[in-house]
Amino acid sequence: MPGLLSVLIFFPALGGLALLLLRGEDHVWIRRLALTVSVVEFAFSLLLIPRVPAGVAGYSLVENYRWITDPPIHYHLGVDGISLFLVILTTFLTPISVLASWNSIEHRVKEFFVTLSMLEVGVVGVFLSLDLFLFFLFWEVMLIPMAFLIGIWGHERRIYAAIKFVLYTMAGSILMLVGIIWLYNVTGTFDLPAIQQALQNRPELLGSSVELIRRNELLLFLAFFFAFAIKVPLFPLHTWLPDAHVEAPTAGSVILAGVLLKMGTYGMIRFCLPLFPHASRDAAPYVAVFAIIGIIYGALVSLVQPNLKKLVAYSSVSHLGFVVLGIFAFHNISMQGAVYQMLAHGISTGALFLLVGMLYDRRHTFEISQYGGLATPLPRLAAFFLFIALASMGLPMLNGFVGEFLILLGTFHVHANWASWAALGVILSACYLLWAYQRVFFGEVTVEENRTLTDVSPREKWILMTMAVVTLWMGLGSTFFTRRIAASCQNVLDQMGSQQAQEALAPAKSAPPKGTVVIGTLKEISLERPGTR
Amino acid sequence: MIPRPEDLIRVLPETIWCVFGVLMMLLQPFTRNRHVLSFFAILGTVLGTTATLFASSAVGMGSAFGGLIQMDAFAVFFHLLVGGVAILVVLAAGPYLEREGLESAEFYALVLFATAGMGVLASAQELLTAFIGLEMSSISSYVLAGYRRESLKASESAMKYFLLGSFATAFFLYGIALVYGVTGTTNLALMGAADSSSNLLKLGFALILIGLGFKVAAAPFQVWTPDVYEGAPTPVTALFSAGPKAAAFALLLRIFATVPAATHFWFWAFWILAALTMFVGNLGALVQTNVKRLLAYSSIAHAGYILVAFAAVTYLAGNSDTGAAPAYAAVLFYLLSYALVKLGAFTIVSQLGGAGEKHLSLDDYAGLGRRQPVVAAALSLYLLSLLGLPVTAGFFGKFYVFKAAVNSHLIWLAVLMAVNSIIGAYYYFRLIVVMYMREPSMESGPAPAVVGFPLTVNVVLAVTALGTVYFGLFPNQVLSFVLQSNLLGH
Repeated sequence: MPGLLSVLIFFPALGGLALLLLRGEDHVWIRRLALTVSVVEFAFSLLLIPRVPAGVAGYSLVENYRWITDPPIHYHLGVDGISLFLVILTTFLTPISVLASWNSIEHRVKEFFVTLSMLEVGVVGVFLSLDLFLFFLFWEVMLIPMAFLIGIWGHERRIYAAIKFVLYTMAGSILMLVGIIWLYNVTGTFDLPAIQQALQNRPELLGSSVELIRRNELLLFLAFFFAFAIKVPLFPLHTWLPDAHVEAPTAGSVILAGVLLKMGTYGMIRFCLPLFPHASRDAAPYVAVFAIIGIIYGALVSLVQPNLKKLVAYSSVSHLGFVVLGIFAFHNISMQGAVYQMLAHGISTGALFLLVGMLYDRRHTFEISQYGGLATPLPRLAAFFLFIALASMGLPMLNGFVGEFLILLGTFHVHANWASWAALGVILSACYLLWAYQRVFFGEVTVEENRTLTDVSPREKWILMTMAVVTLWMGLGSTFFTRRIAASCQNVLDQMGSQQAQEALAPAKSAPPKGTVVIGTLKEISLERPGTR
Repeated sequence: MIPRPEDLIRVLPETIWCVFGVLMMLLQPFTRNRHVLSFFAILGTVLGTTATLFASSAVGMGSAFGGLIQMDAFAVFFHLLVGGVAILVVLAAGPYLEREGLESAEFYALVLFATAGMGVLASAQELLTAFIGLEMSSISSYVLAGYRRESLKASESAMKYFLLGSFATAFFLYGIALVYGVTGTTNLALMGAADSSSNLLKLGFALILIGLGFKVAAAPFQVWTPDVYEGAPTPVTALFSAGPKAAAFALLLRIFATVPAATHFWFWAFWILAALTMFVGNLGALVQTNVKRLLAYSSIAHAGYILVAFAAVTYLAGNSDTGAAPAYAAVLFYLLSYALVKLGAFTIVSQLGGAGEKHLSLDDYAGLGRRQPVVAAALSLYLLSLLGLPVTAGFFGKFYVFKAAVNSHLIWLAVLMAVNSIIGAYYYFRLIVVMYMREPSMESGPAPAVVGFPLTVNVVLAVTALGTVYFGLFPNQVLSFVLQSNLLGH
């Protein structure tokens, strides 16, 4: 099906244009059209799955057209195991966000859904671009819709949060632009596969002398890494995130936590590691330290947070720390875990934000002290909340477990101490989530107003059911995902290429871990690897 | 010496602009009908601009009047640019002049004379000719700046511009004298043989640089810019920020690209000038609450970005055998994208200003996104282009400048430019925030009314907005034009 990727990128844009044609007061039809567009988009994205064969590392459904002649910029799209599920996650969370905003967005409804569609265009474009320039373009395109979502439909301090978000992101991306141009200067192309090839076959391309290679490579690595680290966000660049999350409307938070943060970690896997392997290796210990600090710090701040939404936001800092750690352990299993954790976090934290948003719709506050004993008036909501919280803290059989387990497993093989420190985060996440749950839902109803709250409406129930089912399925049927992710992760590690990577892999091959659902996958990888390359 | 026919054809655009300028003044006693006057002004600007294309296709490229004027692709580009700016300014000025009750014939005449001066500036191959062009455009500009003579601010603006401007012109002229003293010629093409290490020659070019630095509002010669831009009638501000600036940059580029004597030593001068200008412009813009002043400071900042490309030009011309073509291309493309955006933005500001230009503060823009969604969307597009976000011409402009800088190993200057872009993001985005995310406050009187946009203004907005998006998606044609090898023909 040629052109499927282009359709995926631009269909929401068409939908947005169609929305613009509707009358502004016609809220019902605007919502219906927005939902239809996003659901159809989701259906389109599902078509990708059979077309991305498991176990094949390269890009599928490639589209490559010349766009600008000088410098040679191509409209080059492709999808592989890593981007496949991130795209589907995006298209899945968008209809969920549309449904979540069904009643809570009351003013400028048309603009809201148009903005949401444009955001989807940018995010899907980022995940599918194989040309650095095109990637950067989509990276920037998604910035303004997100800022608008926060700034127009957010809460009290929305303008501050929106400006902070824009400035932080711009700071990173402009440096990345300089890096991209520098890389172009060295290699003469913006094409990602071509650059990879150029850098691998002839590393001397990076400079005239050996000393220069390392230095320039490190600077280039930093230019990219900085942009991605802000987006993730990696401690200590995370300070925009709590503000953005707390002020954003529910749909904004869902998309922000669900997919936007993953653009950072995706960028690390797609660009930092394969393009700058030496610098990545040199930087890995430092990155790991920051990631571990992020894991523990995020969890500790969550622990003492009086604001429920901020609590979930800081838990993102902690969870994304795991992802970064998994990536920079340079181990196939930990990287699979990282990609998997991106998806799992997208679903479970997205769902947490939905739940917090539903509480807000009822009580118009995020303060935990204003709640208490909510399980009595809201038994269903409490049940869903518990389920999702358990998933988020990594209970086996649910999605969070698989990702964290794989990350810790893979990391442990390479750097046992990293994994030990990071494991603290798992314990802490149980502490803050359960404690918050206890304060919000258990005990006597402390605030009189809360007695009369209404339980989930059918619309909310369906949203939460969907999220819960996906959570459970991802926990049980994880091989469906890892099978497709594995080869691409191995490909990234192969592109990093040196013997060090092979050494890092050696323990995994000699002593495959036993006794989990995941085992089948691991064997498959180690068996497949020689054959597919 | 009797001019050859092709000499006359090569200055046809300037001739048409001047003839129509005189015609406007002659028409004034006979008719006060604004539509008639506007029609002739538009006709004059359009004819002059299309004459550029006619001249270059009829007699081809080459020099005129014994090497005083050089009609090459570079000159054609700038003629089209300043001519296009003049057309759009005249279109946008009609409703403005009517609203403010100002005479239109003189206004149009001055715009036409200024445009002719800019045309001369862009194609001058000889320094005294350039001086004549500079004076033609400057003197018209001084008068235009004070065109609202009842307004104190406008008079202040004109006075400041005139005093500082004539001072700068004196620098320019003195520089020419010194250069002539050393090389024995004022013709740029003949200066290549001169001894480039002569300190007197460097001093001469430094004085020329100061004179032109004033015209393009490069720091530390930028102090006049905010006051003049604020006080001048807004369509004139639009003209200032797009036209004379482009023409002065054209001359600067021609001087520092074609004179080998000028290229070696000047790298650091441009480096410092660029860094200083970017910071002064952006930091100044951060604290502005008046939209016109904000855009004035932003235009200083953008002069800084263009000067980054100049540093690349001097570096490449002095150090590399590949030539500085990509850096020229960056300057030209940047000026085009910048002119489109500034014209559009100032046209909106002039329209929203209301009678007497009273509504210029940021607060007056609160809630514009709701009140006039199309206008707010257009202004946001211009601001995003100034900010350099993709799918706008400004993005490619900035991209090519970055590329030129990195090509010339000006990594640190590129990083400084990146830092400045982030500072810029704050104030451009703040205006967008005000338009979309803030409601008009009740204390400042009744809610601002919806301002009607006349047809000609809408044409200007449509052209600039579509141009911004078009060049943001398909920069190929312009780029291949400005990248051609014989851009600066000899």
